Amino acid sequence: MPTSQLARLLQNSFDQLLAEWKSSQFATVGRRLSASDENTLSANSREFLTLFRQGLETAEVQDQQAPGWAPIREFLVALSASRAKEGYTPSETASFVFSLKEPLFKLLSGEIKDPVELNREIWNLSRGLDRFGLLTMEAYQKSREEIIARQQREMLELSTPVVRIWDNILAVPLIGTLDSNRTQVIMESLLEAIVSTRSDIAIIDITGVPTVDTLVAQHLLKTVAAARLMGADCIISGVRPQIAQTIIHLGVDLSAVTTKATLAGALQVALQRTGAAIVKGHGAGR
Amino acid sequence: MQVQSSQSISVRTSEDVVAVRQLVRKGSLLLGFTIVDQTKIVTASSELARNLLIYGGGGVAIVEIVQNGGRSGLRLTFEDQGPGIPDIELALRDGYSSGTGMGLGLGGAKRLSHDFEIDSAPGKGTRVSIVRWKAL
Amino acid sequence: MGEFLLVTIQVDMHDRLAMSLQDDLTAQIVRHTARGVLIDISALEMVDSFIGRMLSNIANMARLLDAETVVVGMRPSVAITLVELGMPMRGIRTALDVEKGMTALKIALQGDPSTDAGSVVPID
Repeated sequence: MPTSQLARLLQNSFDQLLAEWKSSQFATVGRRLSASDENTLSANSREFLTLFRQGLETAEVQDQQAPGWAPIREFLVALSASRAKEGYTPSETASFVFSLKEPLFKLLSGEIKDPVELNREIWNLSRGLDRFGLLTMEAYQKSREEIIARQQREMLELSTPVVRIWDNILAVPLIGTLDSNRTQVIMESLLEAIVSTRSDIAIIDITGVPTVDTLVAQHLLKTVAAARLMGADCIISGVRPQIAQTIIHLGVDLSAVTTKATLAGALQVALQRTGAAIVKGHGAGR
Repeated sequence: MQVQSSQSISVRTSEDVVAVRQLVRKGSLLLGFTIVDQTKIVTASSELARNLLIYGGGGVAIVEIVQNGGRSGLRLTFEDQGPGIPDIELALRDGYSSGTGMGLGLGGAKRLSHDFEIDSAPGKGTRVSIVRWKAL
Repeated sequence: MGEFLLVTIQVDMHDRLAMSLQDDLTAQIVRHTARGVLIDISALEMVDSFIGRMLSNIANMARLLDAETVVVGMRPSVAITLVELGMPMRGIRTALDVEKGMTALKIALQGDPSTDAGSVVPID
């Protein structure tokens, strides 16, 4: 059967096919759909069928890259993206296209009597629809990745707490695994904070960091060097024995940097350098 | 890689080096580079434009906005008809300089960019091309 | 005696301009018998190896002329880039801004009786 004939068949049985497809979709989604979800699904199904029919007029089902399929590809990409955002599962998203097979094949078997031809047509259509289904999965995956990347960026901003702990003294308590991307973001905001608070000393506390690799150690060193060029000093605190060992094994030279085992020790050095000190006084209760 | 727009400047004087920096700054602003990314690519352009002037006897700087698989970036190409570089590896080494500079030009520009290409032979001139991509 | 010079670099300098600043500044140090030089680069959007070397040169020449130099106001993006570029900038004192630079100069020159820290001569 030439595709133009298939297009005509779709045209003639459009409403019946649409109705059957919709009911099979409502069944596969499995959960109760709200009225607005049902409306969206109806509209989407109608649009897909229309585009599918229009595509068949000019393009072969197998030739997915044909210009005739461009509108339907665009439609599917947009649909998957919105489904990814609305929290549809991957199978719900993919079954939109796959669920068309059953009513469509039923329609074909009523129309084509020769079993060999029927078989061939079903095979062709099935392969075509599979590719559309895969396209929706790719698009779904891509928009999920975009969502994750956006959330990562947001997390990165949240996880950069540069705090002013004393006049002219800043501290950044680093927590969790540092990759080089995150270290870079943190270090840039530290340098910005040095300028905006006019702080002479910044304490980088790595107590909460499980491991330090070469790249991260180098970023730390570069930050210390950059701060120095700006006129501020950095102290690295919270260096645990394990990390000290790693740093030495990696051959990273931290000798030009002031390091302290604890944040308290670093604060003491910082206070001394800025000309302040904490002394034990006589409390009012004594 | 697709080229979306391209502009070139002839580099003959040290004022032209400033013009290259300003053009690169404009391009990086257009692409929405972060301040650090802007500064890195502008500084790299300054080093390479000066090399063009000092070692190549002047030449041309081409600033292009490029795209590659959804990423956009700034590609800078510096071409001269000068004496060329006999030993590229040596020229890339920090502290090596045959002129009056610090010898940081080539190696520094390489560190400040993501992609770096150099094509040079004695008597054939030099062509250096760098790309810095926009952070995702 | 013992004045501080304040130089504010406002423009994207081409190389010859940078060289003439270097000459001009060393002449001014001698003329004012300055003990300190503050170079404010907070307006600079970029410092490449040439300008970096010029700053180093000024600091070293000033030292020979018995003056201390403090470079103030380097932007974070400029500092990050200079580090990546591999510019060592040895022998240069730095401070976050002019006020902190003044303090740094006074501390550096402390105990030197010929210093009357306080008066500042701005240079264009």
